[in-house]
Amino acid sequence: MATTISEPPQIDPHRSPDRSGNGGWRNLGPEDGNLRVAQEYSPPPSSTAIWVVLFAITMMFAAFTSAFIVRKASLDWHSFTLPSVLYFNSLLLIASSITLEIARRRVATFMSGLKSQVESPARWLYITLFLGLLFVAGQYVAWSQLRAEGLYLATNPSSSFFYLLTATHALHILGGLVGLIYVIRKLSKLALRRSQLDAASRYWHFMDILWLYLLWLLWMRL
Amino acid sequence: MHDMSAPAAHHHAPPTSFIRKHVFSLDHKVIGKQYYALALVAALCGMVLSWLMRIHLGWTNVAIPGLQLLSKNGASGGVMTPEYYLQLMTMHGTIMVFFVLTTAPFAAFGNFFLPIQVGAEDMPFPRFNMMSFWVTFLAFVVLMSAFFVGDGPSLGGWTQYAPLNSVGAAGGPGQGWGVVLWMTSIALFCVGQLLGALNFITTTLDLRVKGMSLMRLPLTAWAWFITSCMGLTAFAVLMPACILVILDHVAGTSFFVPSNSVINDQVLPHSGGSTLLWQHLFWFFGHPEVYIAIIPGIGIVSHILITNMRKQMLSQRVLVASMGALAVLSYMVYGHHMFVSGMNPVSALAFSFPTLVITIPATIIVLIQVFSLYGSKLRINSASLFALGFISMFVSGGVSGFFLAQPSIDIMLHATYFVVGHFHMVMGVAAMFGIFAATYFWFPKMAGRMMNETLGKIHFWLSFVGTYCIFMPFHYLGIAGNIRRYSSFPDDFLQPLIPVHRWITVAALITGAAQLIFLYNLIHSRFWGNLAADNPWEATSLEWSTATPPPFDNFGGKHPVVYHDPYQYGVQSSVGDYVMQTSPEQVKTEHEEK
Repeated sequence: MATTISEPPQIDPHRSPDRSGNGGWRNLGPEDGNLRVAQEYSPPPSSTAIWVVLFAITMMFAAFTSAFIVRKASLDWHSFTLPSVLYFNSLLLIASSITLEIARRRVATFMSGLKSQVESPARWLYITLFLGLLFVAGQYVAWSQLRAEGLYLATNPSSSFFYLLTATHALHILGGLVGLIYVIRKLSKLALRRSQLDAASRYWHFMDILWLYLLWLLWMRL
Repeated sequence: MHDMSAPAAHHHAPPTSFIRKHVFSLDHKVIGKQYYALALVAALCGMVLSWLMRIHLGWTNVAIPGLQLLSKNGASGGVMTPEYYLQLMTMHGTIMVFFVLTTAPFAAFGNFFLPIQVGAEDMPFPRFNMMSFWVTFLAFVVLMSAFFVGDGPSLGGWTQYAPLNSVGAAGGPGQGWGVVLWMTSIALFCVGQLLGALNFITTTLDLRVKGMSLMRLPLTAWAWFITSCMGLTAFAVLMPACILVILDHVAGTSFFVPSNSVINDQVLPHSGGSTLLWQHLFWFFGHPEVYIAIIPGIGIVSHILITNMRKQMLSQRVLVASMGALAVLSYMVYGHHMFVSGMNPVSALAFSFPTLVITIPATIIVLIQVFSLYGSKLRINSASLFALGFISMFVSGGVSGFFLAQPSIDIMLHATYFVVGHFHMVMGVAAMFGIFAATYFWFPKMAGRMMNETLGKIHFWLSFVGTYCIFMPFHYLGIAGNIRRYSSFPDDFLQPLIPVHRWITVAALITGAAQLIFLYNLIHSRFWGNLAADNPWEATSLEWSTATPPPFDNFGGKHPVVYHDPYQYGVQSSVGDYVMQTSPEQVKTEHEEK
């Protein structure tokens, strides 16, 4: 029953007052270690939260994937060719990731005070938004093409999974678009936090990778 | 309170309107209380359902007055049909597992106390937190609405096995709209829990105050953190599974219904679905769910016992590691629910082995709790009694798990009352005892008043003896071959067991009635109990260092600073035999003085 006797940690009078918890795990060294060596502030919650969100989405699509593989094993599975517009959509999504990355750098420069060198940091965010909307529209075109071929949600398990996976992904893309709009609004009010932009861009890149995975899955198995 | 840093601006001001204060509140403490109220209502519903089922099992043809009002076809004249029995059973299980055992120990107490225990003003995403409760509330309303829609709720059991869950109205009463409502409700519930997990994880990782390293978190905070990680994984899988079932119902897909299925003389239009797929998806959630219900209880009970023993647990680190091991292993054992599903015996072995291994961390936890009691002068009160009761139930129910973990024995005992007795004790009643212990322990902080100890002790002894009277005979029934989910046992080999069923029914009615003592105590103490001090149990963690009840921002505009491990008991200090986490006082243990 040893009692831990610790030196009182030094309190930093200059710490940011707008968050209650600024002593998260990253600013703590070993219990009797040198606190000055350790990093001072914990990451803002949105940096942690986005990984939590991405993990949940990963689990969800993992569940769909396992259902896909199990269901594929049955005899009534009829393969069909993917609409070629999907490949074009993939390029759109990859392009949107690139534009978002450019936007992120411009915003960082903008926020670090060199405003005169960056004319409009939101422009690349708008381009990303536009590309994202174009992607969703492109997915709609793909669905319409399949419908024209007589492939509906309930036609065959292969089409069921196609609609299920693409629609779920599209819904998440729409969620990402809402996030981008939030970022743009915050930026226009000059109230954007770096961590919020980083979280939004991590989400967006994840959606990009998730889409490439889904495309691979559908292409391999349909 | 000691040595608080300079006051800081709160990131959202206290609300003034009634709606913002009590209904759509962003305050984690109000949300915690809302979850508790929801769990209380749900528990009462679940208990009444169990009464109805027990009366039917004991006296099959006796009319229950008023039951016909609930369902004209299912219970005409007050006598329930076998189908209606199954519908009530499904609702009992669903309500209890989701809306009581998950909601109360994790969402209710976790919401109220996790931010306070880490020293935060609130959760980092209060709007998500509010949504989390209201989505859960909506899920409960959707679930209960099944009683009044069409031919009543689903009859598929809380596990909702395929293909019965996807065949629609052909499957019997409630298998049409009843299932759709069930699946919608549970999918909503998953959304609520995922939002909750998001807040719990970020609170624990990012909002701890200065000095609060991970190993200085109280065991309850650890338990909620581990539970939220499990919930994040499990509910994110259950939700897509529910979506697939809903699509099978409303969109004509066939994910779960095999080709040429004939049910009630109808050939179903579906083709090629997999019934086992549902079992895999469901139990990948379902087994961790058992630990989602019990791990907060383990944390709560340890927290309460330490406070009342006035000494630390033998090894807090091992306890935390064991809870973590339970969480990880719980994902590797789910196949033990499917031993009779026709799985390859090698797979059965592969699931049986981790199932036996998972008893090791569970045993370590119990041994630490029990052996820590040695040499302590345990303060006997309602909270510590229920904590001891938790250990008793956890052990009694856990021992039968050794039998069920082995495929060769499980094939005999599968779907008998042995299983029902096992899980009711180890996760149902044990978790309920954890909830009761937490209520008696934290009520002063939550409501600002003390609960009546005499009534609490009467409540404990009636519940403790009563639950053993109910659930121990279940094991006997199961060994004797009594199959679960039968609504009656006319003219067969189970006839001689009916006196046992009647004994259980009487015990269940009495034990259930004893819960009304708790309800009375809760309501009476809320308004007329003795006023509580800030730290009535002389405890050390942060929730006891703030006012009772805590102010809107938890610490009155200040940031506490943490100097000690969470459980500094058995020391000599200026306030007594304990040192609070926020006290900068340097203390020496008796050991060091010698």
